[in-house]
Amino acid sequence: MPAVATQGLEHQAERAKSRQGFLLGLPAIVYLLVFFVIPLGIVIAYSFATRTRSGRTELNDWNVEAYRRLGEDVVRAVAFRSLWIAVLTTVVCLVLAYPLAYFISTRSPAVRNMMLVGVMIPFWSNFLIRTYAWRVLLDSDGLFTQMVSAVGLGDGRILFTSNAVILGLVYGYLPFMVLPLYASIERIDWSLVEGARDLYASGWMAFRRVVWPLSRPGVIAGSILVFVPSFGAFVTPAILGGNKKGLMGSYIVDQFLDARNGPLGASLSVVVLGVMLVGTLIYFRQGGRTL
Amino acid sequence: MGKGVARSTAEPMGYSRWLLRAHSLLVFVFFYAPIVVLVVYSFNKSAVVGKWTGFSLSWYGDFLANDNIQRSIWISVKVCVASTVISVVLGTLAALSIERFRWWGQKAFDAVLYLPIIIPDVTMAVMMLVFFGETAELFNVIPGVDLTDGLEKLVLSHVAFNISFVSVVVRARLAGLDASMEEAAADLYASRWQVFRRVTLPQIMPGVLGGALLAVTLSLDDVVVSSFVSGVGATPVSVYVFGMLRKGVSPLINAVSVVILVASMALVVASLVLERATSSQKGK
Amino acid sequence: MNKWMRLFALVCVFSVTAAACGSDEEASAFKQCKVGETDGDFNFYNWSEYMDPDLITAFEEQFGVTVTEDFYPSNEEMFGRVEVGASGYDMIIPSDYMVSILISEAMIQPVQAAAVPNKPNVSETFEDPPYDPGAVYTSAYQWGTTGIGVDIGVTGEVPHTWGLLFDAGLAEEFGLAGKITILDDPRETMGAALKYLGYSLNSTSESELAEAEQVIADAVSRVAAFDSDQYGDLMVTGETIVGHGYSGNFLWDFEEGDSEYDYFVPDEGGTIWVDNMAVLADAPHPCTAFAFMNFLLDAENGAQLTNFNWYASPNAASEQFIDQEVLDNTIIYPTDMSKLEFISDTGDFEINFTDALSRARS
Repeated sequence: MPAVATQGLEHQAERAKSRQGFLLGLPAIVYLLVFFVIPLGIVIAYSFATRTRSGRTELNDWNVEAYRRLGEDVVRAVAFRSLWIAVLTTVVCLVLAYPLAYFISTRSPAVRNMMLVGVMIPFWSNFLIRTYAWRVLLDSDGLFTQMVSAVGLGDGRILFTSNAVILGLVYGYLPFMVLPLYASIERIDWSLVEGARDLYASGWMAFRRVVWPLSRPGVIAGSILVFVPSFGAFVTPAILGGNKKGLMGSYIVDQFLDARNGPLGASLSVVVLGVMLVGTLIYFRQGGRTL
Repeated sequence: MGKGVARSTAEPMGYSRWLLRAHSLLVFVFFYAPIVVLVVYSFNKSAVVGKWTGFSLSWYGDFLANDNIQRSIWISVKVCVASTVISVVLGTLAALSIERFRWWGQKAFDAVLYLPIIIPDVTMAVMMLVFFGETAELFNVIPGVDLTDGLEKLVLSHVAFNISFVSVVVRARLAGLDASMEEAAADLYASRWQVFRRVTLPQIMPGVLGGALLAVTLSLDDVVVSSFVSGVGATPVSVYVFGMLRKGVSPLINAVSVVILVASMALVVASLVLERATSSQKGK
Repeated sequence: MNKWMRLFALVCVFSVTAAACGSDEEASAFKQCKVGETDGDFNFYNWSEYMDPDLITAFEEQFGVTVTEDFYPSNEEMFGRVEVGASGYDMIIPSDYMVSILISEAMIQPVQAAAVPNKPNVSETFEDPPYDPGAVYTSAYQWGTTGIGVDIGVTGEVPHTWGLLFDAGLAEEFGLAGKITILDDPRETMGAALKYLGYSLNSTSESELAEAEQVIADAVSRVAAFDSDQYGDLMVTGETIVGHGYSGNFLWDFEEGDSEYDYFVPDEGGTIWVDNMAVLADAPHPCTAFAFMNFLLDAENGAQLTNFNWYASPNAASEQFIDQEVLDNTIIYPTDMSKLEFISDTGDFEINFTDALSRARS
């Protein structure tokens, strides 16, 4: 009998706790419902709506015409090019950010904070102006170009190529890689590393067997934070790439603004969002835990 | 939390230590190279950025004389502060709710929380534009609310994407902490609020600050969403600059960026100094 | 509410064309304003760097209202913002083809002649533009041309042809490969290619547009950038040699360069564009807006605007007050107007221009 009573109590306590959890999340839930989910619902509705001859989107005559157009060659070409650029950007960011995040984690707390703020400060200037500053560095008599050619790596002219686009995207999203990596590396219990060193003796092995697996959540979070905006970027490709080869971001903007094809723009957005969401969820499963 | 003891083993030895240092230095050079260009050309005489013709302070003079730009900077500051405060509170609560509790519907909330991060900027922009267009009249019925003024719309949409970023950062922090401290405190009959104030909050503080930093950055830097939702007279500086581009990038914009940079750096340095002072008072 | 207003406006427009809608009924559609009447502060949505701040101050002082001016970077962006309604703006400055779209969507209201007595100052060239027959809804603000800017310090004399942008042979001859910018604008860009082929830039022939698409696709490898904002800067910093762009923009940037520059409308013909003052159908303060329109159409104020932004004035009465060096500049005031064509709204066909440009770059 007493066993049953405690069980009931425990059950009650659990329910109370679950209610608490829900209440804590409630403000954010309500907020996102009103200011994100409902607007998103409108976009989804748009994707099934009809474009009138004058370019207005009418919420009637529901159809899947906009989704049918996603099979066109233009869309496929644009999607693959964007995918390629986003993957490269993510890899370069990871290679640049990991050692930096590692280095920052090994500093004293005061220096660590300074360095983290140091990573963010450039991003408090204006995004467009930063990107234009890159244009100045990359143009034919720019500092970057001169340095590259001085080192002997070709003529160093990369402005208005996809290399310049990748450089710009890496620059723009590198902090999104550094921050989560730092967060996960900083948490590592270094006595484990010490133990591993005693066992393997090689610093590299200790890194591969201990540090890398423990920092995986940061790698995953950072990769997503970099990959997603790179895939949809349209300002950087326009300024540094000269908009010569269509990318997903600019294609969607063109549909909404120039072509005034609301349904097509919306269907593209919905598909991109869906693929990203599924990808993210699978990626997290692979990573073992959420972030 | 005696991590500091073993930290020395973390730094690699031999030449790889120097390699790591050199790499970090180079990455910082990469971060600041365009910033140097930006600052240098704000003192350029010519109206064309990238073509140095001589030193001049005239762009700063223009900045001081330009009421529109100054107004837009204040709008950015207001939107940034308001959206950061709101999203830090809501995002931290959401993070706690997901990491520390289990409840029905949590999975769905978790997924929705990721959406603002993985949605393309443009889509978010169009969707907020259409949403406010359709509902402004409904909201305006509420006394004291007037969505024709773009300020509210800017804050509302910045919060909509910042909540998610804040909660991701705070969750990353929470995930690494075990809940035993909080449970111990609760066992000692500390009230829920006390547990939060005395145990949880100090532990997750780095995450909360990191989230706030991210929110400030995203809010100040956003062009796409802001340019769609800003209303009459509420043009944040990022959108103002976007509009000026039609006539070419005049060094005036560089001067504006330099002013914003210097002001924010001054704020950060002041807060670091203040933090150092208070923590040294508390400690030892 | 908004929808009803639009519908009402539309009905009234139909009635006007049928000459059945008397002025009494018209009055119920839009608030009627008297000369100089204001009904609150003025919210102005304009292109950036396009308005002399001194004129704004003068208007504020003369009428005792506050002016809020916001800026947009493209017609499309402006349209996106005002299309959803409740934008709060009174007046916008749409370009020609955008005016047709705004009229067909009933988003702007007719100019009230009674409140704008200066309207007859507008030159007869702009009295009956194709995008707004009879100039019922708009009044021209400034105008200019779209053509080609060349760094002739590098190339020497060049033939005045669109081939500078599109022709592989000419690119070879003058060393233009990788030194060309083309506007990133479906109508202007496809229009230039259509003109190059000898067609109208308002062509609605699928096959002609397909040919133009091929011209662009072939040119992509020689183009540095598709750019609508920075082409002048790029040329002046020596990054490009040839650019496709707007007359006034090039003029501003040429001032900053060390080389010798030229701007011309190619012999095959080019675009004449007009930006226009229009009052939104849902303007909160239409009377102030018309007062402002009348203010800008004043001879001296119109001249001041042109002396400020170096775009040609549609205001015939202003001519005597415009600086002589501006009037004599053939880039601002071209001597031969015959080969210029307006971009007109092609209705259903409009979307094909965007799709063609996307395909050419895919």
